[in-house]
Parts: sequence; C-alpha cells; structure tokens
Amino acid sequence: MPAGLSPDIWQPIVLTIELAGTTTLVLLILGTPVAWWLSRSRARWTEVVASIVALPLVLPPTVLGFYLLVGLGPNGPGGGLARLWGARTLAFTFHGLVIGSVIYSMPFVIQPIRNAFDAMGERPLEVAATLRASPWRAFWTVAVPLARPGFLTGAILGFAHTVGEFGVVLMIGGNIPGKTKVLSLAIFDYVENGQWREANVLAAGMLVFGFAVILAMRTIEARAARVGA
Amino acid sequence: MKIVNLLAALGLAALGLAGPAEAAETHVAVAANFTEAAKEIAAAYEQKTGDDAILSFGSSGQLYTQITQGAPFEIMLSADQERPEKAVKDGLGVVDSRFTYAIGKLVLWSKSADLVKGAETLKGSNFTKLALANPKGAPYGEAAIETLKALKLYDTLQPKFVEGNNISQTFQFVETGNAELGFVALSQLKGDVGGSRWLVPQADYTPIRQDAVLLKKGTSNPAATAFMTFLKGPEARAIIEKFGYAFGTDS
Repeated sequence: MPAGLSPDIWQPIVLTIELAGTTTLVLLILGTPVAWWLSRSRARWTEVVASIVALPLVLPPTVLGFYLLVGLGPNGPGGGLARLWGARTLAFTFHGLVIGSVIYSMPFVIQPIRNAFDAMGERPLEVAATLRASPWRAFWTVAVPLARPGFLTGAILGFAHTVGEFGVVLMIGGNIPGKTKVLSLAIFDYVENGQWREANVLAAGMLVFGFAVILAMRTIEARAARVGA
Repeated sequence: MKIVNLLAALGLAALGLAGPAEAAETHVAVAANFTEAAKEIAAAYEQKTGDDAILSFGSSGQLYTQITQGAPFEIMLSADQERPEKAVKDGLGVVDSRFTYAIGKLVLWSKSADLVKGAETLKGSNFTKLALANPKGAPYGEAAIETLKALKLYDTLQPKFVEGNNISQTFQFVETGNAELGFVALSQLKGDVGGSRWLVPQADYTPIRQDAVLLKKGTSNPAATAFMTFLKGPEARAIIEKFGYAFGTDS
C-alpha cells in the first residue's frame, strides 16, 4: 500500500467482495430454476416474466433505490421482515443491500443461463430420457454441464455488475463503514472530499478489474464457440 | 405541497420559455439545506429582474469538487465558510465577493410525534438508527458530530449512525421512517412535516455560517452579480428568515 493512504481504504474493498459474492450466490441459486423455466416453458406469459426479469436493465437505479427505500422501510414488507428479528428496517443493512443487489443484478445472471439452456435445445435431454435418466438427474448431469459457459458468464457478470452498483447503494445504504459503504460509495466520498489519491487508487483498481472481467468473458465466449464448433 | 411546488416550477419554466429572449440567466450551486429558500429567492429574483437563476443542489463538498473541475456555476451558496474561502484562495472565486448569507440551525427531528423530547432522547435507547449528513462533505453533519461530542454521546451513538450524502437525503431517511430520528436543518422543517423536534442549543456546535461567493465564471455576467446583490437585499432576507435562518450580516 502506498504510504500516506488512509488505512480504512481496504474496508470497502472487502465489503464489496462480500456483497458481490453473496449476491452472485443467491442469484445462482434463485436464478437457475427461473432461467430453466423461462427456457422450457411454453406458457404465454413466459415473455412477461422474462420482461420483468430484464426490467432492471432499463430502469434508472434511482427508481429501484426509491422503491427499495420505501419497501425495505418500516412501513414496507422489508420492515415487516426485519421485525422478525426485532429490527425495524432493512435499509442501511448488509441484508438490505443484498436484496437490492439481487434485484439490480438479476438480468445479468438469469439471461446468460437462459441463453445457454436455449442453445442446448431439447435434444440432449430427450436422449437422456431415452437412456432412462430421471428429469432431475438429466438436469444435473446433462443440462447443467452443457450450460456451463452460461453459468460462468452469469456469475462473472452478476458479480461484476454488483461491484459496479452505485445508485441503489447510495440511496438505501446510509454509507456505514464496514456495513454498507461499498467501493463505489467510497470512491464517491473520496472524490467529494478532495482525497484524490485514495480515489485514484480505488478507481484504478476498478479499471483493472473491469478490464479483467471483460477479458474473461471474451475468453469464455471464444472457448465456448470453439467447443461448440 | 410538493405537487404544488412542481406545478409552480413548471409554470415558471413555461413562462421562461415564452418570455423575452434577452432574459439573462445565472447558474447557482446551492447547498442542499438551502434548497427551499433558494427556490423562493430565485423566484423573487426572477420576478424583480426578469432574469433566471438556475439552481443546482448538492452537498457543499460535492458542489465544490464540481466547481474545481470547471462546473458552469457562477455563484456558490455553500453551507460553510471554508469552501467559499478555499474557492477564493484557489483562484476560483472572486476576492471580496464572499459574505455570510445565512446562519443555519441544527434540529434533531423524528417523524414520530412523541419520540424527540430534547437531549435526553439521545441518551435513551428507544431508537436504532440516527441519521446525519456525511460530516466530510456536509457542514450540518459536522455540526451534528460536534453536538454529539458536546453531549458526550458520540462514542455510544456512533454504531447507530446512518449517513445521508447531503442534508436532503438525511431528511428523507427520517421522513421515510427508515431512521427513527436524525439531525436535519431547521429550514427543512418549514411546512407541515409533523413529528417531534428539538432545536439544538447553539452552544453545542459552532454556528453554521453559510457563505456565498461569486465565482470567476460569473464576473462577466451581470445577472450573477445582480443575484449576489439581491441575496443581500430585504426581499431575500425576509425569505431567509422565514426558513428559520439567522440573517448573515447581523452577527
């Protein structure tokens, strides 16, 4: 660490990794069945659900931030949930940020997984069925391995997008060190207060991180294309 | 109330579009605590001179950073003295243009009608979150910290802090009930906000002297200098006092 930087510069980095990791994990668990359903369902309203999933792509973070602030608050469902363990609001908590991030990053995880399921087609599962694999077993031993690039892409994008989140955490976070003061807020704070050395270190780190993410994505895509060919 | 304001703003905007083409305009950066007062002053200024004052709101720290990076502001209405002083020192502000336009008052406010009873409320434990403005960028946040230190409560209450990026966001944290109480500006409690409040005694914190400064970008714009003059005048004074500030040049 360069001399003279404030020592609390690491806290937001650790917190951001925790938040992005938790969010990605939650999204992989909740998103996979949704992606599978979207890929396989013939129901008419499939695309309605798909549109809802994609909605955070086009909404300004302030719209999500506003609804979350009210929804997580004492008069919203989040407050009702928080009362279960004696708190009165989910805003300003790590859990609140996870809820916000899961919504915010949802399309980035679900869409690539759905695409991978779509690309796979019906054929592999039909073959698995003729070999008497149960649907559950076929899903785990055939569909998931085939869709691996989609899972990888979804996980990387979900993680990266959560790291890059700013508007939502600004609105529902309350800037609490170690709890809700994530990297993007720390950079914002440093810039506002003229601590440009610190801002520079974090911002440059984000730049390298962003580049690494894109590079990883392209590599995965290129490899998937080679394997597919 | 908000909708009426919005309609009024839209109406003014429409008038502005339809008005004479030669109406000049000036860009003013306004510290968030002064939002409502600045809107009224801008409207009064427009009525008197026919010129527009275009207002941008933010924390003093945020606005100052933007100014150092060439933001098109011609006047800065800060919530402190430090940043306008620094603007002059850094060659961004006009020497001798700086003056105190208002002295702010800090209030502890809650949306619940019976929560805030005075300093003793802070000593009690019937709240989980205390909202304040980010003390690094917002002078009202700094004043809140000073108050808590004066009451010897800073260390005990610090785990309950939630920081708004500026005083408007802090207000909104309390208004939505996400924080049970918070330190806001008295000027924000004009109108029918309800709840309970405690006006923090001036002895507990350094007076929040809010300075205005004419920025270099505004020197060649008569509308900017006219706005600075208007801000010192009796019409502006009446509005400033109505919002609960002390008028700057008195003290």
